[in-house]
Amino acid sequence: MFEKALKGNNYYWMWLAFLGFIIAVGGISYLRQFFYGLAITGMSRDVSWGLYISQFTFLVGVAAGGVMLVLPYYIHNYKAFGRITILGEFLAIAALLMCMMFIMVDLGQPLRALNVMLHPTPHSMLFWDMCVLLGYLFLNILCGWVILTAERKQVAPPKWIYFFVYVSIPFAISIHTVTAMLYCGLPGRHFWLSAIIAPRFLASAFAAGPALIVIMALILKRVANFDAGKEAIDKMVTIIIYAAIANMFFLALEFFVGFYSQIPGHTHTLQYLFSGLDHHGHVYNNLVPFMWAFLILFVIGIALISYPATRKGSDLWLGLGCASIFIAFWLDKGIGFVLGGFVPSPINEITEYYPHLNELLITAGVWAAGFFVLTILYKIAIGVEHEIEA
Amino acid sequence: MDQKRRTFLKVAGISTLAGLGAATGVGRLIGGAESAMAAAEEAQVNASAQNGTGQNAACGDACINRYGMLIDARKFREDPTLGERVVLACHREHNVPNIPIKKDEIKWIWMTHYDNAFPEQANLYRDEVNAQFQLPILCNHCDNPPCVRVCPTQATFRNADGIVMMDYHRCIGCRFCMAGCPYGSRSFNWSDPRPYIDSADMNRDFPTRTRGVVEKCNFCDERIRKGLLPACVEACGDSKAMVFGNLNDPNSEIRQMLKQHHTVQRNPSLGTLPSVFYIV
Ligand code: SF4
Ligand code: SF4
Ligand code: SF4
Repeated sequence: MFEKALKGNNYYWMWLAFLGFIIAVGGISYLRQFFYGLAITGMSRDVSWGLYISQFTFLVGVAAGGVMLVLPYYIHNYKAFGRITILGEFLAIAALLMCMMFIMVDLGQPLRALNVMLHPTPHSMLFWDMCVLLGYLFLNILCGWVILTAERKQVAPPKWIYFFVYVSIPFAISIHTVTAMLYCGLPGRHFWLSAIIAPRFLASAFAAGPALIVIMALILKRVANFDAGKEAIDKMVTIIIYAAIANMFFLALEFFVGFYSQIPGHTHTLQYLFSGLDHHGHVYNNLVPFMWAFLILFVIGIALISYPATRKGSDLWLGLGCASIFIAFWLDKGIGFVLGGFVPSPINEITEYYPHLNELLITAGVWAAGFFVLTILYKIAIGVEHEIEA
Repeated sequence: MDQKRRTFLKVAGISTLAGLGAATGVGRLIGGAESAMAAAEEAQVNASAQNGTGQNAACGDACINRYGMLIDARKFREDPTLGERVVLACHREHNVPNIPIKKDEIKWIWMTHYDNAFPEQANLYRDEVNAQFQLPILCNHCDNPPCVRVCPTQATFRNADGIVMMDYHRCIGCRFCMAGCPYGSRSFNWSDPRPYIDSADMNRDFPTRTRGVVEKCNFCDERIRKGLLPACVEACGDSKAMVFGNLNDPNSEIRQMLKQHHTVQRNPSLGTLPSVFYIV
């Protein structure tokens, strides 16, 4: 089926070349980091995880978000999702590849990464995260490929594949739950030490993942003559609205617990993120603009995708609404959550994080690599669709 | 092989066997580092000290030693130069690089204010003494160490004698342990540390590290095995500003001092059971 990725119009090749260029820049930047060390990042003794791990955390959510198509289609037999379920599965593959790349570029000794398998350590959540991420990647490749092949031959998919499809559903939940457990089990990090982190991660994932799929479906409608169907899009938007509101509800609960109990440890990071934290007379507020952008984009996005005129009236408004939600939750989880958790440090010092240019280029490179894979996978999926129709 | 080393190996060996046999899957999962409620049961420890085999959860059957440290902050106030000497002694002994860039710095022991060492003890009306003076902080060699629990490769592990150790050759540099340590005890080699080590001062008997691994105080494991005191304790001379010893031996100096003085541990509410105690 790969031959489908080799035939495309000029725009297709230009897009791939553009991504390829960013990948190349990211690759060179990575070589620089590989030979010099992580000192050419903004990370420090106090903020020991930066953009890489925060992108990883967000993208695990994007990968898990695909389950919002798989579950209704396979469990509830919701036929309208038939055409786009494959988009969810392939998005999961691309997102998981990005996750793994982000982990690799974050390691101080990437050549020793296999130590995690050579010395399996069940009391480390990172070990389990690796297990479920690899498992979910395998399941999505297997299910996506087998089902697409069957579709192409216009036969029903083999019965055994449904076993793996059903297994992939709890796996999707588990990848984000275990990723939340990386954070929420650490003593002394008050912002992360909250039982609601896992549900909050899932809620934001089930909004951000489908939002990206809707955007993709709208783009594919224009550039690849692929119509996901009005009903499917509409149902997805409903899912996004509920999940997005659930995320905000959980966030509001964090605010309540922090500011009603008035326990300093529970309020410091929230203050740092949303209003700035006063520390020995200096106000630290590096991330405040990002967090307010998150709130504003959420309001704009939810308005655009809820108000009937913009939701049903025009693809452009709908797309912008979904993009707002996606970016809002990226700011929330892909910036604020991880970076904010390190402030203040356990010894009550504040170090702010400013990403290094090299780090930004590597981050862009990994995103570009993910979209490169995604483009090729979608090209194949849509090629097959067109072949059946023809 | 000298006697100390043999005892050490014996303890380590027995504990490994016990650990393999006794630890259940669930116990390993939630327990992380098999934890010892050290010195919790005085009677039990007394008994074990007498017959030489400690009944201690940390090491299954035999746990003769559990090392600990007592830091007398008063002494550091009396002699303001002592802090610097202590830090220097450690960093020289262990080839800790002196990196001028703040974000990349590496430190095993350092002087800090009371408010930073004990942030949960904030006081609206700070006494002058604590506002002004500093005390040393280092890895607590927690009896229930979160850093060991989170490490995905066991590059951070807990010795049978309670020392939390690093394997610089296994560490993948994921820095999970840095997020997990609630005391900020760990440093990462953001770049090659060797250019920042003064070669004239270098200790050829101790390894230097490569870039991309985490490091921290090792309670001078390499010195204890030779029967020496930790370098920082040695630098205090006879001042008794730092006392090092076996917490499992009720007759040890450190246990006697713990009995006689009111001491505190850093953030004990987290359940990490630090092995470093302070008189403030
Ligand atoms: S102080 Fe930190 S590094 Fe040291 S044993 Fe405790 S958790 Fe681990
Ligand atoms: S950085 Fe090294 S010691 Fe720390 S958790 Fe990762 S592998 Fe373990
Ligand atoms: S015990 Fe040893 S390694 Fe730890 S701070 Fe003292 S001198 Fe340094």
